[in-house]
Amino acid sequence: MTPPLLEVHDLRVDIPLPHARLNAVRGVSLTVDTAEAVGLVGESGSGKSLTLRALLGLLPRPARIVSGAILIDGEDVTGLPAKQLRRRLTDTMSMIFQDSLTGLNPVMRVGDQIAEAPIRKLGKSRSEARSIAVGLMREVGIADPERRYRHYPHELSGGMRQRICIAIALSTKPRLILADEPTTALDVTIQAQVLGVLRQLKDEENVGLLLVSHDLAVVSQACTRLYVMYAGKVVESGDVLDLVAEPRHPYTFALLRSVPDPDARVDRLLTIEGQPPDLTDPVSGCSFAPRCPFAEDACRTDEPELAAYGPQRMSACRRVDTAPRWTAMVEQDGSQEAVNGR
Amino acid sequence: MSAVTTPGTGALGPGAVDAGRTRRRGRRRNLTLISGLVLFGLIVLCALCAPLLTGQDPIKQNLPQAFLTPGSPGHPLGTDAFGRDVFARLLYGARVDLRVGVLAVVSPFIIGTIIGLVAGWFGGWVDTVIGRIVDIVVAFPFLVLVIALVFAMGSGTLSIYVAITLVGWVAYCRIVRGQVLVAREQEYALAAKASGLPTWRILLRHLLPNVILQAFVYSMSDIVLTLLAIVTLGFLGLGVPPPTPDWGTMIQEGQQFILTKWYMSTIPGLAIVVTGLALALIADGIVDKANK
Amino acid sequence: MRYLIYILKRLIALIPVLFGISLVVFFLVRLIPGDPATTLLGVHANAQSIAALREQMGLDKSLVSQYLTFLGHLLQGDLGYSYVYSSSVLGLITTSLPPTIWLLVSGTLFTLVIAVPLAVIAAARRNGVLDNIIRAVPVVGLGLPSFWLGIMLILLFGLKLGWFPVGGYGTTFAAHIRGMVLPGITIAFILVPILIRSLRASMIDVLNSDYIVTANSKGISTARVVFGHALRNAATSSVHVLGVNLAYLVGTTLVVERVFSLPGIGEQMINSILGRDFPTVQGITLTFAIMVVIVNLLTDLTQAVLDPRVRLS
Repeated sequence: MTPPLLEVHDLRVDIPLPHARLNAVRGVSLTVDTAEAVGLVGESGSGKSLTLRALLGLLPRPARIVSGAILIDGEDVTGLPAKQLRRRLTDTMSMIFQDSLTGLNPVMRVGDQIAEAPIRKLGKSRSEARSIAVGLMREVGIADPERRYRHYPHELSGGMRQRICIAIALSTKPRLILADEPTTALDVTIQAQVLGVLRQLKDEENVGLLLVSHDLAVVSQACTRLYVMYAGKVVESGDVLDLVAEPRHPYTFALLRSVPDPDARVDRLLTIEGQPPDLTDPVSGCSFAPRCPFAEDACRTDEPELAAYGPQRMSACRRVDTAPRWTAMVEQDGSQEAVNGR
Repeated sequence: MSAVTTPGTGALGPGAVDAGRTRRRGRRRNLTLISGLVLFGLIVLCALCAPLLTGQDPIKQNLPQAFLTPGSPGHPLGTDAFGRDVFARLLYGARVDLRVGVLAVVSPFIIGTIIGLVAGWFGGWVDTVIGRIVDIVVAFPFLVLVIALVFAMGSGTLSIYVAITLVGWVAYCRIVRGQVLVAREQEYALAAKASGLPTWRILLRHLLPNVILQAFVYSMSDIVLTLLAIVTLGFLGLGVPPPTPDWGTMIQEGQQFILTKWYMSTIPGLAIVVTGLALALIADGIVDKANK
Repeated sequence: MRYLIYILKRLIALIPVLFGISLVVFFLVRLIPGDPATTLLGVHANAQSIAALREQMGLDKSLVSQYLTFLGHLLQGDLGYSYVYSSSVLGLITTSLPPTIWLLVSGTLFTLVIAVPLAVIAAARRNGVLDNIIRAVPVVGLGLPSFWLGIMLILLFGLKLGWFPVGGYGTTFAAHIRGMVLPGITIAFILVPILIRSLRASMIDVLNSDYIVTANSKGISTARVVFGHALRNAATSSVHVLGVNLAYLVGTTLVVERVFSLPGIGEQMINSILGRDFPTVQGITLTFAIMVVIVNLLTDLTQAVLDPRVRLS
């Protein structure tokens, strides 16, 4: 059995602030296999973006990794000297961002930005790199790439720019693309196109995907496996279809219920009241408990462990056994207040 | 468990900010303003107390006592080519240069602010005309125009004031105009306008207090610039008329003896640098305070 | 192609300014109390020459027509005649212009060589020891009189160490270069404080941008990221700041040329002032203004080259 392409063990990221220390990522573990599309879902502040950034060593200052291991092809790279570590990470993975306009150098032609890594990192000649860049542009679905090569970022549309960003990400020949909300700033039709490009890359080039988003719809479309994050931790993980059909954590449950699905018959939309916890205060008990419709007293004092309860399925809820009855519990009471008051 | 590593910082990108430093930096900022004020205060004090600190006459020539080295009895910093005490000339020169330097900033400040208020508030052709005039004045190097004007009007302290005013108002005009353009869209300005107050009142009572901060901050560094202009004029022989002591003139007088009597030019220059430093610290300190 | 249109537009916008400059210079002489012709001829005046000059300048006609006459002469390249130096003003200016150009080029080069690396280091090692030292430079440098710095440099490097000539321009190309080192450094220190501040701030801003993260994620060298990506972007806003202050720089050639005995137009202007040579003062003032205009144009062009977004506006 070949080891997974990427494994993350117990990653912790801190942000030291002038008045406090923010525990942004509190022990996240995940795996991605070769040519697999995995999603990382959570609301803002859940730590999902920072997790992604930490993988490439691109944390914005002053955030830093406190502890944790990153394994590539089964080999622990975190102990490597800085230069080598960076080499390994950037050889294997690439990243694309939410805002394609700020993610591109405004004073450099887009083609040159794609050609840069082949020249500087892969040692190709200028003309070789150019043709590689043009090829990549064609691959991500940009028509007339020779002409587009000479354009500047502000001369292109949002969807086009995002494709350029994907092409740049591909220029280092990665085996895994880390995508941080790549479609959030795009409208729905363009969204589908960009996701299509990513899917094609997975199918045809075996390039894996770790997709971060707050949008469940996007993630369930593009990924086969899913991690759900809340307040800096993974609270549930598993196969996308299973998860969506039978969520095993109240947060996932609430998330699914709060998104209108035109196909399903939904009697009541659940809103998740309250705010995510302040991560500068150490939280006792389950961090979702204050907003959880099914919380009981023990939930507020004991921190739940992420435990497997089925093949490929994990959940960090002590009341996971009651999960099959959650829908009934919510609809039975008939009112939102009763649900949230419990 | 793997070793604790931080690949997100030093190795891959510029160094991270340490939270402790942020706290310390907060306190250091006040230090800038305080140290500037203290230093400047000292200089002003020395200038004011000149008669107390030295008994020597800065103007009276005393040829037999010329070229004494620093440390000579009665002359802690030596004497110049005419036998005048360098220390005394330094202190009395401080009086002249500081006074002229600070006063020379006042009228460009006032005139520039008024014109800037008018240009920014009324806009339209008024703004365009003023803008053109600004463009033309700015086309001349500051020193060149000042010198040419002093030359045309005849040397003397009054010419210096007038010349610097005629050239220096531009900076204030630009700053205030910019501030006014922002301020006039604010609610308090629109309210004042709607309430039918006379324009001059709106400009003076309502707009002015809000736009003047930036101009004031600039004036601190402008004092340094003006001081430099004055000593430069002195160096060129176009400044305050001799035998009034002036740091610039002192440097010029010492230039020919630079190899043997290096202190004659060096010391007044240091005085200028230190004064400039004090004012720059004050300017920075105010900026930091304003940004809080 | 877009460049040319940009240049053309800028040139057209300059015309009113050029008119204004000529107006200011025109009035400069008339500020002096007394008859302008007598002023211009000065010590060498006799009734005949005064009358002749009066007629040439059209002093008996209206002010407007005087200005037009003046403008007419100007456009023909006639800047007047210097009786003190027995030469046409234009001739004086053309002979003394080269050293000044050398000085400005030298000064600009030294400014870049000194300020850019310091600013980049300060931004990259933000709040570190190096950064704090470098940030002290603008604070001290603001109040540094250029002529005094020049004298100190002459003292140290010219007289004591003998590395560079204490003044003069020399006759050969090599001598020119040697003679321009100390003056160039002196002039550089006028702009270095400003440039360090502005470039450091821009760099810090830029280094926090997303596209720097993208560049880093490619795994290319940090040097390439800092210089190829960050600096290129930070430079665009600093070029503007530089341009605004270049006018001041041009003016300091007046005093630096004096300190180093360089036969440039600044030195010529001072000598003309001391010699009451009004026509030359007038002509050189005009020249300075035109130089500033050209320098500003060059700055704008540089910015357009560096930043493609500028070209469109």
